[in-house]
Amino acid sequence: MLDTIAYWIFGVGLAFDLLGCIGLVRLPDVYNRAQAATKCVTLGTCMILLATALFGVGRDWPMFVKAMICAAFVLLTSPVGAHAVCRGAYLGGVPLADISVEDVFVDRAEAIRNE
Amino acid sequence: MKAAMCFVVALAVWLLLFWSLHWTVVLGGVLAAALVTALLVHRFPAGAAKMLNPRRWFFAAIYLPYFLYYCVKANLDVAIRVLHPDLPIRPGIVKVRTHLSSSMAKTFLANSITLTPGTLTIDIDGQELYVHWINIHTQDPQRRYAEIVGRFEPLLRRIFE
Repeated sequence: MLDTIAYWIFGVGLAFDLLGCIGLVRLPDVYNRAQAATKCVTLGTCMILLATALFGVGRDWPMFVKAMICAAFVLLTSPVGAHAVCRGAYLGGVPLADISVEDVFVDRAEAIRNE
Repeated sequence: MKAAMCFVVALAVWLLLFWSLHWTVVLGGVLAAALVTALLVHRFPAGAAKMLNPRRWFFAAIYLPYFLYYCVKANLDVAIRVLHPDLPIRPGIVKVRTHLSSSMAKTFLANSITLTPGTLTIDIDGQELYVHWINIHTQDPQRRYAEIVGRFEPLLRRIFE
């Protein structure tokens, strides 16, 4: 029973990872791509780790604990990574896609560059 | 006090990842935790001792499923946008204000915003968050605040402040 649930979570996690990759290809600029990449890949990877943890229940408790710790680290670090990539890209002069409708970061970015 | 907490947390993570109390593992853990503490203690959040209060754990336990719900919603949202033939996006960078004051609370707020529907925190400047929003559908600051920040702020305040 638990194994079946784990396999399903595994599959759904893989599907989310795939969607993140499709987003990476289809969306227009680095900021939108980072959105698809962080959201989908974080959840997808966490689900795969959760499934791994479920396989460990009752048989391999260390695996359970390790997989859960890894999931927590992915959940905490991947948004920080996306933030750093996007901020770096903006300060490095990567423009927003043409369809963008608003950009209030210009002044702040200028101030940071002049510091 | 800060150094002691940093050391204990680092050692605990090390031991859990190794899942062994063999003396070599413990010795290696003590050395690694000491190194981490020496290098990074100035980065350890100041109010971390407050987290020992069980009332904060209670709100953290509420926050987790609440956050996961929005996280799954975010993924379905991205999935629809990405698979839709017309790619329905109206991206841009907007500014929202937060009322949280501690840096730990703001960090978690920024992380939560990044993992929830259509938004990604680019920078924090004092009380102002610069957020990349994949689908800007309103010009009204109140509604923007409610959609991006409002749903997490009350819980995060109870957990971290």
